[in-house]
Amino acid sequence: MIDVIWLAVALPLVASGANMLAGKRFGGRGAGHRSGWVATAAMTASFVVALGALLQLLSLPAEERTQVVTVAEWIRAGAVSVSFDLRVDPLSITMALVVTGVGSLIHLYAIGYMEHDARPWRFFGYTNLFCAFMLALVLADDFLLLYLGWEGVGLCSYLLIGFWSDRPEAASAAKKAFITTRIGDVALMLGLFVMFMHFGSFEFDTVLGHEGALPEIATGTATAISLLLLGGAVGKSAQLPLHVWLPDAMAGPTPVSALIHAATMVTAGVYLVVRSHALFEVSEVALTVVAIVGISGALYGGLASIGQYDMKRALAYSTMSQLGFMFLAAGLGFYPIAIALLVAHAFYKALLFLASGNVMHGLDDEIDVRRLGGLRLDMPWTAALFAAGALSLSGLPPFSGFFTKDAILEVASHDGVVWAYVLGSLAALVSAWYIARLFFQAFMGERRYQGHAHEAPALMRIPLVVLAAGGLFAGIVLAFTPEGRLATFLEPTLGHIEEGHAGPSTATLIAISVAVTLAGIGIAWRLYRPANEARWTSFPEREPGMSAVLGRAFYVDALYGFVVGTIGLRAGEALSRFDRTVVDGAVNGIGRLTTWASGLAPVWQSGRARRYALSFLAGGAALLLFMVVRI
Amino acid sequence: MRTPIAYFLVLSAILFAIGSVAVLVRPNALRIFMGVELQLNAVNLTLVAFSRMHLELDGQILAFFSMVVAAAEVVVGLAIIVAVFRRTATTDVDRASVLRG
Amino acid sequence: MPLDNVVFWVFAPLSIATGIGMIVVRSAVHAALFLVVNFFTIAVMYLLLDAPFLFAVQIIVYAGAIMVLFLFVIMLLGVDQGAGTGERLFGQRTTAVIFGVAVVVELATAIRAGVGFATRAPEGFDSVNAEGNPSALAEVLFRDYFFPFEVTSILLIVAAVAAMVLALRRSKAITQREIAGHAGDDLERYALAPPGGPGTVGGQAP
Repeated sequence: MIDVIWLAVALPLVASGANMLAGKRFGGRGAGHRSGWVATAAMTASFVVALGALLQLLSLPAEERTQVVTVAEWIRAGAVSVSFDLRVDPLSITMALVVTGVGSLIHLYAIGYMEHDARPWRFFGYTNLFCAFMLALVLADDFLLLYLGWEGVGLCSYLLIGFWSDRPEAASAAKKAFITTRIGDVALMLGLFVMFMHFGSFEFDTVLGHEGALPEIATGTATAISLLLLGGAVGKSAQLPLHVWLPDAMAGPTPVSALIHAATMVTAGVYLVVRSHALFEVSEVALTVVAIVGISGALYGGLASIGQYDMKRALAYSTMSQLGFMFLAAGLGFYPIAIALLVAHAFYKALLFLASGNVMHGLDDEIDVRRLGGLRLDMPWTAALFAAGALSLSGLPPFSGFFTKDAILEVASHDGVVWAYVLGSLAALVSAWYIARLFFQAFMGERRYQGHAHEAPALMRIPLVVLAAGGLFAGIVLAFTPEGRLATFLEPTLGHIEEGHAGPSTATLIAISVAVTLAGIGIAWRLYRPANEARWTSFPEREPGMSAVLGRAFYVDALYGFVVGTIGLRAGEALSRFDRTVVDGAVNGIGRLTTWASGLAPVWQSGRARRYALSFLAGGAALLLFMVVRI
Repeated sequence: MRTPIAYFLVLSAILFAIGSVAVLVRPNALRIFMGVELQLNAVNLTLVAFSRMHLELDGQILAFFSMVVAAAEVVVGLAIIVAVFRRTATTDVDRASVLRG
Repeated sequence: MPLDNVVFWVFAPLSIATGIGMIVVRSAVHAALFLVVNFFTIAVMYLLLDAPFLFAVQIIVYAGAIMVLFLFVIMLLGVDQGAGTGERLFGQRTTAVIFGVAVVVELATAIRAGVGFATRAPEGFDSVNAEGNPSALAEVLFRDYFFPFEVTSILLIVAAVAAMVLALRRSKAITQREIAGHAGDDLERYALAPPGGPGTVGGQAP
């Protein structure tokens, strides 16, 4: 199976082409339209391939668990020779399984969700294309193919966010996403340039060193490359300061939000950093920067989520926060835990998004929590599934969120990184708070909406059940702890985490962690319990200042809008004026000068004979003068 | 003759200048032509004066020829002016400014 | 005071005055008349310069023929008065006068350098004019300047022909047919031979 790993990329690609070119003719109506089934089948087949590759990998001894499959030659230009090489190693196969597994489930869900859409084949074409690029990204054996996938997922993100292109907010959100991530992509590209300048190659084995040896590179260059790669990761993973596109991207269809902005694309940044950890380690400061980026994202995202009344936006900020945790883990050197959180997050965040999709589906696209309430009565399944996701996220044992978040904090404490522990715990408290908040506001209490909310069809519930199972129990199964099964599996690629022994014991830390989570849930209960409904629904009116600050996420987006928009526009206008008056003026002025100068000459060509006669006399006088003076 | 020859020459120069100005100042073709005639006469005077100075008759002969040719020229010139007048109903040379730059 | 000087100093200023007068007056006829007087003064100058023949010819040809022709044309065309006295061309008059003065000054300088203001005419001209000015002129003319003389006569003929041609009024020639009253008739009716060719009467094609 490893030899045909390229099928994992090819199958969604082919299905995408089929859907986009001929999908209209696949036939069927609504949820029976075969384009969705074709797409899901392709994704499932990809998953099977990846699973087969995993099993084959497991059958090999640990030292041999890095296999490279060359598919075809790509570029050969002088000194540069790059081929389409796919790498099957523990890290890449884990990522591939997440993409194909969660991806398949989301595709299945989307068949039901998009049943009323006018052109579902176009949607599935894009999502398959996206998955093909994402798999190319995670399975790449060199940075160039990774970059190809990187750009490709950016493109598909744009296409999918703006899928309902007749909605202006969707179109601008798509643009905003593409442009903001483009800033990061430029940094990534520059990083690749420096990388090539130094190494002459893009291959992982050359750039990142293999067999455990660190690459040959100076600290400064490593720092430069690392920080540039981090720039790209910050854009793609919506961390500060390039996070502004993620909340707006919720204007796209909910399956898109689940697939791209929860489970896969936004995790590409984490994958990049984890994959390149060797470079980051050579540089002394890069990892610290990663950790700082992570913790600030975690706190910022959490706090902003509390202020959102749009459920999807709240979940978007939550994604940012969770990604921040992953970056924090990577920045502290705990790469397997970052991946573990990535896996768990894929499950429960996709679940949460799809559950909110159920709510929208059942209530004619209503998603403001102030107009929801009491949904557990009409939509019991969705309520239960949402609760499962919330439990996973909040970090309560024995669910997956606990194993991952707690692991980060635990290792941070044991290694004596106090600030990471304290701030991380704070962020964990906020996480529990915001997700409990959403559950209480939307699903508890009395109905605040009119009419009836109908529960989602089976097609849209089954995937959620599977995701819920993953979110709840994956922690136990894979034992996401530093010595757990996943960490051991990832060891050949990511190394072993040496845990220190500073600080309180593990048991104490677990106790503190649980207490923090319960505290968060408790705060949420106190604030948002059904009895308090009147208070929290009227919060924007009572405290407009604080509500605005939280709701507008500390005005970062507004600041960007001001700087880029207003200042940029003014600068642009000024420059345009300068261009018109000075530059164009100079150019036109030369033209006018020439015209004026050449207008002087015809004055003498008046055609009037008497003028010419005057010239005769003048000439004669001049001649005479010349002769007289010479004498 | 007791008048210095130079006086005749200066008189001639002055008359030539007056003739030139006459050519330049009026737009009437006939008056321009009159100015030309004055110029010719001034030159004739110069010729005769020098002839006297050099004790030769060549200057007078030349002045004579000049007069003859001037007469022929006047004939043809006036015929032209009349022909143009028939065409354009004007003798104003300023009107003939089509060859403009 | 020698008579020459008196005559000169009377007629020279007159000459200049009439010249200026010719420029200044508004009427073309008056200008022509001023010019006539000017020619007379120049004739007198010729006389002072021992050229009596030219004195006569000047009056006969210039004042008597040429200027008469001028006056004739002026009055024929009726262009006595110009279209307003304002100068249309900017700066024409001023510049013309300036250059005119400049020319005079330059020539005076040249004359002074060349001839000198004090030089008097040499005395020996009487011997040249011994048998009378016309005979002396005739001798020189028909001996030394014979060829130019003949050419000049051709020139005069050419000028006369040219004047006739220029003055020709191109009126439409009338054919005999038109005289006979058969202007618009079809030729075929009178044909003795096939029509065609340029042989129609009057030189006009039908």
